[in-house]
Amino acid sequence: MKGHNIIEQNIGLMTVLVVIAISFGGLVEILPQFFLKETTTPIEGLKPLPALQLEGRDIYIREGCHVCHTQMIRPLRAEVERYGHYSVAGESVYEHPFLWGSKRTGPDLARVGKRYSDDWQKAHLFNPRSVVPESIMPSFPWLYNNKLDGKHTADKMRALHSVGVPYTEEDYAGAEKAVKGITEMDALVAYLQQLGILLTEKR
Amino acid sequence: MSNVWSLWIVVLTITNIVLLLWVLLANRKQAVVEDDQHDSHDEVKTTGHVYDGIEEYNNPLPRWWFYMFIGTIIYAAGYLIVYPGMGAYQGLSFGKNKAWTSASQLQAEQVQAQVQYETTFGEFAKTPIPELANNVDAMKMGSRLFLNNCAVCHGADASGNPGYPNLTDKDWLYGGSPERIKETITLGRKAMMPAWGAALGETNIANVVEFVLKRAGREHDKTKALLGEPVFAKNCAVCHGADGKGNQQVGAPNLTDDVWLYGGEPQELRQTLRNGRNGVMPAHEQMLKPERIHLLAAYVYSLSHEDAAQ
Repeated sequence: MKGHNIIEQNIGLMTVLVVIAISFGGLVEILPQFFLKETTTPIEGLKPLPALQLEGRDIYIREGCHVCHTQMIRPLRAEVERYGHYSVAGESVYEHPFLWGSKRTGPDLARVGKRYSDDWQKAHLFNPRSVVPESIMPSFPWLYNNKLDGKHTADKMRALHSVGVPYTEEDYAGAEKAVKGITEMDALVAYLQQLGILLTEKR
Repeated sequence: MSNVWSLWIVVLTITNIVLLLWVLLANRKQAVVEDDQHDSHDEVKTTGHVYDGIEEYNNPLPRWWFYMFIGTIIYAAGYLIVYPGMGAYQGLSFGKNKAWTSASQLQAEQVQAQVQYETTFGEFAKTPIPELANNVDAMKMGSRLFLNNCAVCHGADASGNPGYPNLTDKDWLYGGSPERIKETITLGRKAMMPAWGAALGETNIANVVEFVLKRAGREHDKTKALLGEPVFAKNCAVCHGADGKGNQQVGAPNLTDDVWLYGGEPQELRQTLRNGRNGVMPAHEQMLKPERIHLLAAYVYSLSHEDAAQ
């Protein structure tokens, strides 16, 4: 009986061998990055998101912003020209999950912070056509009406702490108070305005 | 990269390639043997699988396919020698050039582009703005910079939006001299009209608005305007001036020219007074190189100077 006959007639063995075969890529390209200094050291000045920005990030995820917008500037000249310094691993060490994305229907947002005024961001989220006539982005008018209650903000911080984000007791204690009653619009804009501002590059 | 992980990557990568090669050759041998038999017996071997009378041939891999497979393995070996892939190994260095990294490739492309642009941008950067505003080629480049960086707020034709100033008129919040335009783009602006709702109360606000309308030469309620005058002098004149003509040093708008950033209807003016206005022009110092800001400033300058090229 030839070797491959044994494998073909033994579905359990074949499954094990297939898993081994396709694991090589991940073991070589992904696994080491969890332990390398280059990818796990936060860049200078990086801090865990404050309560309001953290809630804003969850709204960003809830509304599916990451479905159309990436947060990953690749080291290509055209991209650096348009968006600024390419994204580096150290910027994302407190990100769980990453919002890098893989498809751009809208522009990349990795360095959108401070690029437009708060008023512009709000007008744009309320109705993108009011400031960019040709925009196909959906409107998000309800963000003005929904208010945060902050009930779970501290829990979210604790959850992130359990995967290595250095929140402190002080953060948990002040979390609810920091976000209670603030509109989702303000939270989302606060999140957007801090994106990528630690690294800059003139273009 | 630590030695342990470097070794991990090297060992797994080589093991992977060797295993692939082994799978290929191990099956090849078997196929060749069968191929020989096939020649001598003039019949093709089957795998022995039979289902509903259908049998499966056990033909060898097509030769071209087999050699392509070998080719990819040779390519992989060459790639891992030239480019970084084997753990901490950095890849070959060619002459003066260091080993390849994506960052160094980007940098090389940027240097190349910089050399290319320096000839034009550099020339423009040396030209004074009023003169540059007459240069048709420069203004074409300026307009593209404007569309990419400014149009989302000020509009593609620069005529502004509510809350975002019209750049094509002669009415400037922070001054329209080349230097002031450049400063505005570089450092940004933050308007600081405070909210007067609590301090003045609705009656005073209504009166001041009528007074401002009067100053702007608009239809107004005379009695209320008269009552509003002392309130204006006490609270508003500090920034907007006793004559209401504004102050470009602090970005206080001229209230007498009937140009309104947030709308000139009485209810809109009352809204402005009640809640204040804090328009923000983002700073572009960190986003654009100085020579581009220079060119942009010239373009913005050209928009309100008819003699300048558009």
